[in-house]
Order: sequence, then structure tokens, then C-alpha cells
Amino acid sequence: MMPASDNSGLVVRGLTTTFETARGQAIAAADIDFDVAPGEVVGLVGESGSGKSVTLRSVMRLIREPGKVTGRVEWGGRDLVAMSDEELRRVRGSEIAMIFQEPMTALNPVLPVGLQIEENLRAHTGLGRRERRARALELMTIVGIPDAERRLNEYPHQFSGGMRQRAMIAIALACSPKLLLADEPTTALDVTIQDQILKLLLDLRDRLAMSVVLVTHDLGVVAATCDRMAVMYAGRIVETGTVVDVFAQPRHPYTRGLLGSVPRGRAVRTMLSSIDGTPPSLTDLPDGCAFHPRCSFATEQCRRERPPLAPVAAGRLAACFHHERVAAAEAIL
Amino acid sequence: MSTARPILSIDGVTKRFAGPYSLTRRLSGKPPLAVHALSDVNLEVNRGETLGIVGESGCGKSTLARCMVRLLDPDSGAIRFEGKDIAELKPSERRGFNRRVQMIFQDPYSSLNPRMTVAQMLGEALGVHKMRPKAEIPDRIAELLDLVRLPQDAAGRYPHEFSGGQRQRIGIARALAVEPDVIVADELVSALDVSVQAQVVNLLLQLQEKLQLTVVFVAHDLRLVRHISHRVAVMYLGQVMEVSPSEALFTSPRHPYSKALLDAAPELDPTRRNRTAATRGELPSPMNLPVGCPFAGRCPHVFERCLIERPVLTPRGNGQHAACHLTEFGAPEARPNA
Repeated sequence: MMPASDNSGLVVRGLTTTFETARGQAIAAADIDFDVAPGEVVGLVGESGSGKSVTLRSVMRLIREPGKVTGRVEWGGRDLVAMSDEELRRVRGSEIAMIFQEPMTALNPVLPVGLQIEENLRAHTGLGRRERRARALELMTIVGIPDAERRLNEYPHQFSGGMRQRAMIAIALACSPKLLLADEPTTALDVTIQDQILKLLLDLRDRLAMSVVLVTHDLGVVAATCDRMAVMYAGRIVETGTVVDVFAQPRHPYTRGLLGSVPRGRAVRTMLSSIDGTPPSLTDLPDGCAFHPRCSFATEQCRRERPPLAPVAAGRLAACFHHERVAAAEAIL
Repeated sequence: MSTARPILSIDGVTKRFAGPYSLTRRLSGKPPLAVHALSDVNLEVNRGETLGIVGESGCGKSTLARCMVRLLDPDSGAIRFEGKDIAELKPSERRGFNRRVQMIFQDPYSSLNPRMTVAQMLGEALGVHKMRPKAEIPDRIAELLDLVRLPQDAAGRYPHEFSGGQRQRIGIARALAVEPDVIVADELVSALDVSVQAQVVNLLLQLQEKLQLTVVFVAHDLRLVRHISHRVAVMYLGQVMEVSPSEALFTSPRHPYSKALLDAAPELDPTRRNRTAATRGELPSPMNLPVGCPFAGRCPHVFERCLIERPVLTPRGNGQHAACHLTEFGAPEARPNA
């Protein structure tokens, strides 16, 4: 992937998150490498259990015992994984902010929304009470909450789903973060509201020059918002590249299968090119490539050894021995 | 498909659910609040077709599906199955109706009994409706498992031993066990990952061809509905805004809401991005419906009449019907600037 030119941006190297479970060790994220350049929107995409949310939470060190995180997460020349709790607290919420799928569980139900925005400002800035109020009002307006003055004193249950997500974004933006981590921010929303929130995120990215890491299972969301993408399967990144390149010519059979599974308009009532079988359990991964039991390109080599994530073209990485055959296969889109 | 008698017709169905009735409302003599889940819905389902019903949360699509199988009784209006009002069926006829119209639910985990094996569940369905003599039931179960492509050893297992996609297949097998004419599928694949979703959609398409089923497919995902439906009904706040053949709806929507829904759905082509949001605002509360068109508050083409008079569903040619005062909206010759 693109090397980070200076100290700005996020550089993740060898990030591994493991959980001890009753059925043995589960490696939820294995040896994850990715970079996020300033102002860039990177999509982490995969199905449930692929490790995309765990990766995002590991970056913010939100993994609790018995989960263990190793590897390096470089941010502004510092390593978030090795950082002391005190130092990390200063980074979280000010330089790096996060928004979640369920705004109702992430917001405090017994505090007015305005107070929750001000909480962040109190923790990270030296603003006085009146300035905080003014800034909260400004943020509510930026994220498009109408009638902000009155809404500041309302509680989360008085907000609709879309408005709650906007309020979450307002809290995240309070200290003008340089990086926004978004974990399925629109999955619980209706399509017209999702459309509004995604466009809002893109506008904010432009205005505030922040980077965004967007975790999603929806390839449509990736196509509509991201600059680059990383596809995850069974805890590993299997393919990365710019969104345009990956959609035009997937180099990993799993990416190809995912793209083929999305219903499109062109051929009504025809078979979708589904992927047979189901994703493996993390405690019982197959030998070799984790995808080989579901892969139509698989050979003996795939059953024996795991393909490394390696450069396959300019700006492209893929973890497949047969990426050339995959790339040459009939177009899927 | 247009001239044949519809197998299922929905005539002016209205359904309300009682909302909270607060003390202050009681004391001030106001009527209780009610959620208007369906208001005056008219729709027909033709034999052998797939009718997609699409809309955002709270639009009444699931309520409508439940009314169709008589899990809910409408407050007014009627649902007719082969011309007969299903609310007035005699008990013996009702048993037949229950067999011939089957529903599959979104969450297979809560709609399958966790303490019954697959064989028991399928056996129960076969036994209750006396589909087969007792001796033939095991063979029929094997046949059904084969039909939905589950392994034969699935018969002895419990729901928790299956993945989400497999559980949904069990739900399909149970519905098909009684050899229905109509399947009402409520968000059949919404809880599944996209690769598994594709498997179940493929299965449904194949089964429909093979068994000549009529399918009512309720979903919020437009791309999916477009993919599998012959005709699509777009709902908003308990009302049908547009009913059109799939292709026509997606190439030339005749209602501003259909167009907004289409524009809001993320395009799978990264080179065709659009930076302006398709709609503004949010859904009004179903407790307090606007007088005129329910979409008026968010519609870019709104004018005075929309606020005072509710448009009714009228034909627009090409098999399309829309409920909009702008009868020319989306018409191929005179396309207003959207």
C-alpha cells in the first residue's frame, strides 16, 4: 500500500487481535497492515465475522480482556498500542474520534444531547461554559440538525435514528479530529437517511480535511464514498486497492464473489453468482487459504499454504496465488 | 398477466394500532393516538408472479404482509383470496387458506422452535394438514431437504446447529411442506450476509419456476426487489405510492418518492458518484399523518394541492400506477427537472 510520506496519517502494521474462547484461540484480526493518508476515505469491507469491526476497535484500543492486541498503530509518530492510558485518553476524542452503528446504545440516554457534545469539549479544550454552548450549537448546525437551539436540550430518545447518528457525528467532530473511525454508521438507517449521512460525512471530510476509516458490509456504500478499500475475510485482509480499480477488476476470488452476489438491475430474475458455503469459524479455520473451501479457483497449493498479501499491480495487493487467473476471468460487473 | 383474475387482492385495507392514551389526553377528551400502519391500500397479486413490496421502515410493508396471511385483521377493507374475503371464511375453508398461503419470516431463529428437530418441524406441518400418510412422511422430509439443498443429516438436527442461511432454508422447507400456492416472504434475506443472501435468492427463483409459486416479496433493499420481482409496489407511510412492472419502475419511476428511493440507493459503480443527497428531511410520524400527500414534506416537486388533497393511485400507462398529482411526472415525453 501507499507508504505514509510523513508523520501525518495512520499507519497500521501487523495488528493482531486474539480472543481466548472455550473452543480455543480465535484470531479475530490477523496481521493487519493498512495506511490512511490525510483526507482519505478508506473502506474496510467484509461479511459478519470477517474482523472489520475488531480491527477498527483495536486501532482505538477498545478491545477488552480477554482480548489481546499486538502490532503497531502509528499516529503522528506515536504508537497507539504501546501508549500509556493517560496519553491515549488525550488522543481519543480529540485527534481520533469514532462513531458506531447503534447511536442509541452509544449515546447516554439520561443526558441531554447538548451536554454530551459539551462533555467532549470540556475534556479536550479550555473553552468556557458559554463558548462550549456556542460551539455545540455550531456543531449541531454543521451536521444538519434543524432547530438546533431547542434540540440541544432534548434527550436521545426524542431524536429519530438519523438525527441520533447526526448527534453522534457532532460529538465526534467537537474537537475537529484528524481521523474519524466509523463502524457501520448507516447500517441501521433507511436508505434515504443513509444517503444523507454518507453525503454529510463526505462534505465534512472536505471541510475539515480529516481522514475517515469506514467499516461496512455494503459494497454500494464503499462504491459511493471511499477512495481506497480493503476487503477482509476470516480475520485477514485479502485485497486492497483504489475503489475504482478493485470494482473494475477484482484480484481475489472472494472480492469477485462478493461483487457478483450484489443484485444489480441489468439482468432481472437471473441467478446471482453466489459464493457457495458459509464463512469458516475463527476457531476452526481451514489449512492454507481460509477461502479455499468456497473458492472455484482453488488448487492443491491453496489447500497447503496460505497465500501472503503481496503486490499484484500498481497500488494493489492481493492474497491469492491465482490472482492473475482471477483478474483475467470474465468481468463480474 | 394483466387480464387474469388476481389470486390475492387487497381492497381498501386500513389498519391502525392503538398508541399511548395519556391521562392528559383522556382528561381533555381527545381521542387516543393511533399508529396508521395502513391507510386505504389497494393492491393485486396475480397468479405466478413475484410482487415486490418495498419501502423504508415504518411504511407498513410488514403489516400488509401479515394482513395477507391473516395474522392481522384489517380495521376496514377486505383481502380476497381467489375472490373470497378471507375474514369471512368458514373454519374448514380457513384451514385450506392457511395451507395455501404460507409466510416466511425475517428472523429464522425466532420463528423456528429451538426444541424441535428439523424432521419434527417438517413432520408437524405435513401431519397437521394431512399432506401425506404417516408412512410416507420420512420420504417427503428427505425430498423437501433436497428441494432446499440441505444435507440429509439435517433432519435430526436442531435450529441452533445451522448457520443463518441454512436456517432460512429450513423456514422455506417448512413453508413448502404444505404445497402452498402463495408464499409471503417478509424480509427473507435481510439478516443474511450478501454472499449467503445470493444463495437464498437463487433458491427462491428456482423453486418458483419449479413449483409455479406466487411470491409476495417484502424487503427494504431496492436492488434485491428489482432483481427478483415482476412487479413492485412502493409504499410510504402506510400508502402505496406506485405500482409498476420492475423494469418500468427502475427506468422511469412515475412518483417522486420512487425516484428519491432509487437515487438514494448506493450505486455499485464507483465512477458514477453523486454528491447531493436524494431527499431532505425525514419520515413524518405515523401517529400524526399529514392531510395531503404523505410525501409532501420531503418532495422537491411539492405544490399547494399536495398539502390539502391526498392523491389516489391512478394508471399512468405502460402498466404503471402512481399516486401523485403530477400525472406527467417521469413521463417519457415531458420530464420535469428533478
